[in-house]
Amino acid sequence: MKNILTIYRKELRSYFNSPVAYIVIVVFLIITGWFFTSNLFIGGTITMRNVFDIIPFIFLFFIPAISMRSFSEEKKTGTIELLLTKPITDGDIVVGKFLAALTLTSIALAFTFIYVISLTFLGKVDTGSIIGAYIGLILMSGVYIGIGIFASSLTENQVVAFIISFLIVFGLFLLNKILIFLPTALASVLEYISIDYHFNNIARGVIDSRDIIYYLSGIIIFLLLTKTSLESRRWS
Amino acid sequence: MSIRIENLTKYYGQQAAVKDISFEINTGEIVGFLGPNGAGKSTTMKMITTYLTPSSGKIFVNDLDTEENSLDVRKKIGYLPEQNPLYQDMNVLDYLKFAAELESVPKENMSKSIKKMVDVCGLGEVQHKDIGELSKGFRQRVGLAQAMIHNPEVLILDEPTSGLDPNQIIEIRKLIKQLGKEKTLVLSTHILQEVEATCDRVLIINKGQIVADGSPDTLQSKFEGKANINLILKKDSVDKELVIRSISSVRNVDKARVTKEDEKSLSINISAVKGHDIREDLFRKIVSMNMVILGLHQEETSLEDIFRQLTTKN
Repeated sequence: MKNILTIYRKELRSYFNSPVAYIVIVVFLIITGWFFTSNLFIGGTITMRNVFDIIPFIFLFFIPAISMRSFSEEKKTGTIELLLTKPITDGDIVVGKFLAALTLTSIALAFTFIYVISLTFLGKVDTGSIIGAYIGLILMSGVYIGIGIFASSLTENQVVAFIISFLIVFGLFLLNKILIFLPTALASVLEYISIDYHFNNIARGVIDSRDIIYYLSGIIIFLLLTKTSLESRRWS
Repeated sequence: MSIRIENLTKYYGQQAAVKDISFEINTGEIVGFLGPNGAGKSTTMKMITTYLTPSSGKIFVNDLDTEENSLDVRKKIGYLPEQNPLYQDMNVLDYLKFAAELESVPKENMSKSIKKMVDVCGLGEVQHKDIGELSKGFRQRVGLAQAMIHNPEVLILDEPTSGLDPNQIIEIRKLIKQLGKEKTLVLSTHILQEVEATCDRVLIINKGQIVADGSPDTLQSKFEGKANINLILKKDSVDKELVIRSISSVRNVDKARVTKEDEKSLSINISAVKGHDIREDLFRKIVSMNMVILGLHQEETSLEDIFRQLTTKN
């Protein structure tokens, strides 16, 4: 636990020591801000719906960008060897890095509370669905980050890591959109795998254990894959 | 704190980087791994530090198996990997603190041990700078400080002086020598003067195998070949052929030949039978011929010769 915290603090500091964190947060707010205000002033409706609809789409690009360096850079500069010869487990490193990236996306998400607060002055908001949407977004970003970190552990090239994680994330995102073209038996399986489907459930304000389990198991699977990928250096 | 290696083998795919090596390093020794690039030095070190696992064979650090007790072994070891990787965007103190935390240095000793490392490694003037801004010499010291922050009993340094300028090399060697007094220290290098300058014991590794093991001095006497003597005579009327013939007649001289000739002097290279010092006989002979010696120099077999002999065979 202590070691996870050490890695976590170091990772978080390196996000905020470089322009990465600031660029991510600013661009995130500009895009969500546009969708919020255009909906409010042009559409004239008091809702977060548009913002919540666009965020999974923004995450598609942003989270691979945040997580692409986590292991790739360590592999490229060789610091991974330093880290892996310290008396800490591979799991501690993976979890520490995961939590740091999750914190960064949560901070970006937290800024969108401003929109919610301003809406409360204008009328009644659907608190349940808003809370649900935030929980869903954090869980969803967790899965994306897991994928991003895993992709990053596969290569020392950050661009390659970005592309791999983008492809996996995009695949999961797209599943829900192509279901209509598929036979029903296959469709229901793919629907369960689709990341968007579960988010839509939660964003309606219905927090179902099935959706939570889906996200948590997604996170765990990809973190375990990352750990395995780190250990693969020992295979021969 | 001893290191014991038993029948260690490491394959990268089909290729064996380390082939069935066994040796023991005792507490307090400074041991140098010497070998050409790609000989298996780094691979061996990576296995001692648990970064890689052996394909077969065992490594024990103070009787702890590196595979079964990986975390315990890591606690005992301070490691400076090849190329000295560092986090460029951290400043020196933050980095040392990070390393100390990972090594589980107790909180109450944290600032004390960081300060000690800053002093020992001479990092005082750069402690608040980002590592990325430092010169190579300072980076190397940060690497050493990081490796020693938890006062490990074993220090493993992979090419600690590579890429430094001569002054920095001397400084780092001094530091290593000073540290080696209290610790078991293993360093690798392909620079021969380095082992001669710092190590008690040399392991010469070539193509994944140990080809020589011993102190620099014992290796030198063991591998001493024919003594080679360079003789310079003042040139006078005496016939060249005659000189060579009379020198060849000296006891234990194997061969003599003229290497250089100008108006004033005559250089002759003489090889003697192994294990005999012929200089005195040679001197008397030449004096008896009434010639003047301008120079007489016997070449020592250096570690360099041994190294070349052992690593260029086949």
